[in-house]
Amino acid sequence: MKQSLFNIKNSLTALALLATLGLTSCGGGGTSSKTDSTASASGDDNTLIGAGSSFDNPLFSKMFSEYNKMNGLKVNYQSVGSGAGISQLTNKTVDFGASDAPMNAKQDSAASAPVLHIPVTAGAVAISYNLADVKDTLMLTPSVLADIFLGKITKWNDPKIAAVNKGVKLPGTGIVIAHRSDGSGTTNIFTTYLSKVSEEWNTKVGKGSSINWPVGLGGKGTEGVAGLVKQTPGAIGYIELAYAVQNNMAYAKVQNKAGNFIVPTIASVTAAANITIPPDSKVSLTNTDAADGYPISGFSWVLIYQEQKYNDRSADRASKLLKLLSWMIHDGQQYSGPLTYAPLSPAAVAVGDAILKSATFNGKPILQ
Amino acid sequence: MDTPIKNEKITLSEASLGVIDSGKKANTVSKKTLRRPFRQIRTEKFFKQTLVLMGLIMVILVFGILLTLIVESIPSIRALGLKYLWGKTWDPVQDIYGAFPFLLGTLLTSFLALIISVPFSIAVAIFLGEYFPKGWLSDFLKNTVELIAAVPSVIYGFWGLAVMVPIVRSFETKIGVDPIGVGIFTSSVILAIMIIPYAASLGRSVIQMVPSSLKEGAYALGATRWEVIRDVIIPYTKSGLFAGILLSLGRALGETMAVTMVIGNTSQLPKSIFAPGNTMASVIANEFTEADKAVYLSALIELGLVLFLVTTVINMIGKKVISRFTNE
Repeated sequence: MKQSLFNIKNSLTALALLATLGLTSCGGGGTSSKTDSTASASGDDNTLIGAGSSFDNPLFSKMFSEYNKMNGLKVNYQSVGSGAGISQLTNKTVDFGASDAPMNAKQDSAASAPVLHIPVTAGAVAISYNLADVKDTLMLTPSVLADIFLGKITKWNDPKIAAVNKGVKLPGTGIVIAHRSDGSGTTNIFTTYLSKVSEEWNTKVGKGSSINWPVGLGGKGTEGVAGLVKQTPGAIGYIELAYAVQNNMAYAKVQNKAGNFIVPTIASVTAAANITIPPDSKVSLTNTDAADGYPISGFSWVLIYQEQKYNDRSADRASKLLKLLSWMIHDGQQYSGPLTYAPLSPAAVAVGDAILKSATFNGKPILQ
Repeated sequence: MDTPIKNEKITLSEASLGVIDSGKKANTVSKKTLRRPFRQIRTEKFFKQTLVLMGLIMVILVFGILLTLIVESIPSIRALGLKYLWGKTWDPVQDIYGAFPFLLGTLLTSFLALIISVPFSIAVAIFLGEYFPKGWLSDFLKNTVELIAAVPSVIYGFWGLAVMVPIVRSFETKIGVDPIGVGIFTSSVILAIMIIPYAASLGRSVIQMVPSSLKEGAYALGATRWEVIRDVIIPYTKSGLFAGILLSLGRALGETMAVTMVIGNTSQLPKSIFAPGNTMASVIANEFTEADKAVYLSALIELGLVLFLVTTVINMIGKKVISRFTNE
């Protein structure tokens, strides 16, 4: 009797140990835990798989459905966020990634092969505010904006704000800052801009998709920040331009490098991208040199491997992917405007074309 | 597992011994009685094995989760060490991760919620368990309270943002603190509402289980209803009531969505209960998708590990308290 009990106990512990080991070895594969292993980049050749930026998702949905009507190619795009898109591309579980920020040095070294960045669209970050009594559009200079988000300007009637907005009656309410609580490409664009225009921001806070905010409230997602701004009197926050426009929110004019106060619009964002773009297209449009460009804007990129032959991918699949991308930066751009995305500037399209032509399959160029 | 088989062998050999000793008649009798035990024992064995397997799966799952959390946290534990627990800065840009503000936020919101909710849940439990155990009103109230637990937490988040936040904001204006609306206080109130049914339901059932002889005895001695509740029901049910409170605390500690929507999500250390803060669960939910560095991701997983351990420790303390109550 006693021995049999021991047997039970022993076999139980053995089983438990084995199973826990099995479980941990499944989960212990490093940082791959958040990638979707069901997505395979080498399945049915008529379905391409992409993952990444949620900012791009509405535009991509429209583009892919239009492309599907013409060519019958299906694209399965998972809107999981830029960072997750990059890691899925690194793990080669998708055909393409999409990101609102170019890959950084660490991410580049994590990828096993060179990755091409193709600019597909441009977006802007609007500075939205809640001041019921202020009818005119608020104007902000880079230094005022940085001081507000650093917590150095705490009242709306601060002389620094008043100096920029002459003749506007500013209330004495406190400034409530709303920022994104989740990691986001929007935060990345905005903090990159602040780092460029304010030395103090650059050293104290820095840039990234999640940062340590010196002051303010965090809202989850664009709608979370927009909700905080709408609800809280005296609030200011940064949100995607498209969202601000569609929801009729007030947003500020921001002074650009040339000294002009620019309203964020599709035109001023496209203008911001009309600068000399480096051959790898990895450029931040923030604080643009363009005189009529809105300073807080940025490209969104599609990311693919330069060498398309990996993981038993067929030449057919690679050429379908490249044709799709080429269509996206040319004919596909017509769908940007209605969805409040900025169409690519001619300079960006030219660079994108050159980059697409550099993609190869087994060493041979895919697009002629 | 082997026990029933051995018993079986014993009965078999006894039976065969019986054959030798007392002839044919005994043999047929023992055969008849043996046929059913065989099948029964097989079923018994199968059923027992199923139970063991199910139990085992649960154990494996819990330890598997713990082990995964530990393994995935190793890069962060290596890089940051124990300082992680009391570090006050959470800065993904410079790879500095200190979980203290979130640990504090989690404990603060949960215990504040508990303090707010306990009077309500105990009152509901006494009302339903003692004053109105039957009838349509009691059924209605009981179902309503249980419905509170069935509402998805994101709905509480929405409701909190739309209704609670403006109320709290005007309240904050009146008492002269920064009128933000969102913050630790608001999330505690939302949490308190969410956790009432857990303590109330369990409390109601333990109060109904108080033997009526005890209560009748007290009434016979001239006790009033309040005295019966205070001196008979509460002492008799306190371990059950406490278990319910513990259950609701566990719910509050892990709640993510509703809290995220109303807590203000700042990594700064909260200065008062009206200030914005953050909890461990909501930081994980917020930052996991865009954690683009290995240490960052690992630090977030370590946050999960800390939450796991905090919940375990609180549960263990609770168990101790319950057993002490019961022993008295």
